[in-house]
Amino acid sequence: MISLAGRDILNAWGKFVFTGIGLGLLIGVTLTMAGVYRGMVDDGKALLDNSGADLWVVQQDTLGPYAESSSINDDLYRSILAMPGVAEAANVTYLTMQVRQGRRDVRAMVVGVVAGSPGKPGWPPYLVAGRQITRSHYEAVADIAAGFRLGERIQVRRNHYTVVGLTRRMVSSSGDPMVFIPLKDAQEAQFLKDNDAVLQQRRRTAENPSLNRPGVPGLLDAVIASQSNNPYVNAVLVRIRPGYSAEEIARPIRRWQRLTAYTRSQMEEILIGKLIATSSKQIGMFLVILAIVSAAIVAFIIYTLTMDKIREIAVLKLIGTRNRTIAAMIMQQAIALGVIGFVVGKITATFAAPLFPKYVLLMPLDTVAGFFAVLMICVLASLIAIRMALKVDPAEAIGG
Amino acid sequence: MGKGILIEGVGKRYGTGDTAVDALKSVNMHVAPGEVVGLIGPSGSGKTTLLKCLGAVIEPTAGRMVLGDQVIYDKGWRIPDLRALRRDRIGFVFQAPYLIPFLDVTDNVALLPMLAGVPNAEARKRANELLKALDIEHRARAMPSQLSGGEQQRVAIARGLVNRPPVILADEPTAPLDSERALTVIRILNDMARRFETAVIVVTHDEKIIPTFKRIYHIRDGVTHEEAGEGRAFQ
Ligand SMILES: Nc1ncnc2c1ncn2[C@@H]1O[C@H](COP(=O)(O)OP(=O)(O)OP(=O)(O)O)[C@@H](O)[C@H]1O
Ligand SMILES: [Mg+2]
Repeated sequence: MISLAGRDILNAWGKFVFTGIGLGLLIGVTLTMAGVYRGMVDDGKALLDNSGADLWVVQQDTLGPYAESSSINDDLYRSILAMPGVAEAANVTYLTMQVRQGRRDVRAMVVGVVAGSPGKPGWPPYLVAGRQITRSHYEAVADIAAGFRLGERIQVRRNHYTVVGLTRRMVSSSGDPMVFIPLKDAQEAQFLKDNDAVLQQRRRTAENPSLNRPGVPGLLDAVIASQSNNPYVNAVLVRIRPGYSAEEIARPIRRWQRLTAYTRSQMEEILIGKLIATSSKQIGMFLVILAIVSAAIVAFIIYTLTMDKIREIAVLKLIGTRNRTIAAMIMQQAIALGVIGFVVGKITATFAAPLFPKYVLLMPLDTVAGFFAVLMICVLASLIAIRMALKVDPAEAIGG
Repeated sequence: MGKGILIEGVGKRYGTGDTAVDALKSVNMHVAPGEVVGLIGPSGSGKTTLLKCLGAVIEPTAGRMVLGDQVIYDKGWRIPDLRALRRDRIGFVFQAPYLIPFLDVTDNVALLPMLAGVPNAEARKRANELLKALDIEHRARAMPSQLSGGEQQRVAIARGLVNRPPVILADEPTAPLDSERALTVIRILNDMARRFETAVIVVTHDEKIIPTFKRIYHIRDGVTHEEAGEGRAFQ
């Protein structure tokens, strides 16, 4: 027996291939959409992995430091460091802001890390070029995605920094590239006002009689000094000694230090369950709509292809072709269309993924699931056409 | 095969009520195995309708039909699988060719034995033999849309004969053919009838082939009358 589906496709392959390509672009969009979601989750995980922490200590009752703002005193890390089982504890600040380079602005997550202690939690674990920050001021390590090059001068608020090192895949949970600067600078940047505001505040403080008492020399200077430095950080990142569990360290921190401490899995829960939950629902919605649209289009195409062949199907019935053979012909064509569409879609998605500004992660498992979903949709869609084909009355096909 | 074709009092009414048309009123025919009979009548007299009934394409509304030693219709179909009947026991040459446009000439013909389970190579061999006899084998790889009307009709004839069915129903098979080829078709039908004990009914208007029938049925207003033909031999 010859393949009726195959012969029909070969006879009108142009129509078939173009239809398949059209469908493929739609499938490509769907696969990319799934990749965008996976990329978001992966960005979140990369953020946690790259921080090198086992425990995140943040302000009480906040979901900080990534999902909510958190502010804790920058000397708290010492008492944490003194706890048994704690290998390392380091202050860190996170602030998403515009970073200037020459004439352009890059949205980046500026991370303040304790200068001169590479390898501590919070530090970029590896560089693709250059070196780590060694001085405590005005050096920066930037993610390659920010587009900065080694030796370039970048501006964070009022201060200029020299890019001394480059990292890869160091991004915030929303995909912004990270720029690492020394902690002191970062604390200042979070707090820093422009020159006018500083002058204004000094003048206001000096005019306040309760802060500028004639009989207490030095008070004004002390007040101004305390106003213009920032003793806060967003979180303390803790690395735990082997043999201790994160939870057993977290418990006393929560109880005695009046702070909130998150383990790695809790942090993941916050990032994926809360921070990107709305975005992922949004994407999920898109996926559902795209799947429905694809299914409708496949059904429509198969229906039309079958309609075009109604005469031939009637003749096939007249010469004694079994229903099974006719149904198989239609279903094979639907599946062939699905396979062409899927191949085109996969290629499209693979080539399109790197062009997206945020990370698009095409997971093999999604690809396989997508393939079976496409086949399912094609089979279901062909059922409508098959039903119609089997109802055709052969006598109507031939005149007298 | 025994009886060949036996038709008794077959009627066919299209539609119901005021618009009903009695295309066949009372048709009585008998075709012996190995016999080729002509069926002639004016346009609209019910010739195609009769072949469709006999070929199990449409259902009669009265009468009895017997193929070989099996009653296929007696006020209702008497066999469950009409499609298998069409495939295995009836060779139908329709009034128009109705070829499958996405199969080439050979496979249009070979499809029938393939549907009956004959291996592809064997089916194509049978198809090509017939195509050769019908003088169309040089177009064997062509698609139907590339053929002339007469060429298409010859392919359709080959398709009707290829399974060597015990019954062949041909509806004006020679209409688009020149007289020489028309006579070739009739000769092939006679050969098949003789060699395989086939019962053949040929509907025709064709003055050139009418003299070849030994027996002819006339049909007018849905009623048949038998008469003797000239039965002129070929050579
Ligand atoms: N599907 C149908 N519904 C209603 N009437 C029909 C139908 N098919 C045929 N008829 C009518 O039945 C009658 C017989 O038609 P049929 O096709 O059998 O004629 P015919 O002898 O084959 O004519 P021709 O030589 O023109 O092919 C005609 O009056 C025709 O109008
Ligand atoms: Mg007719």
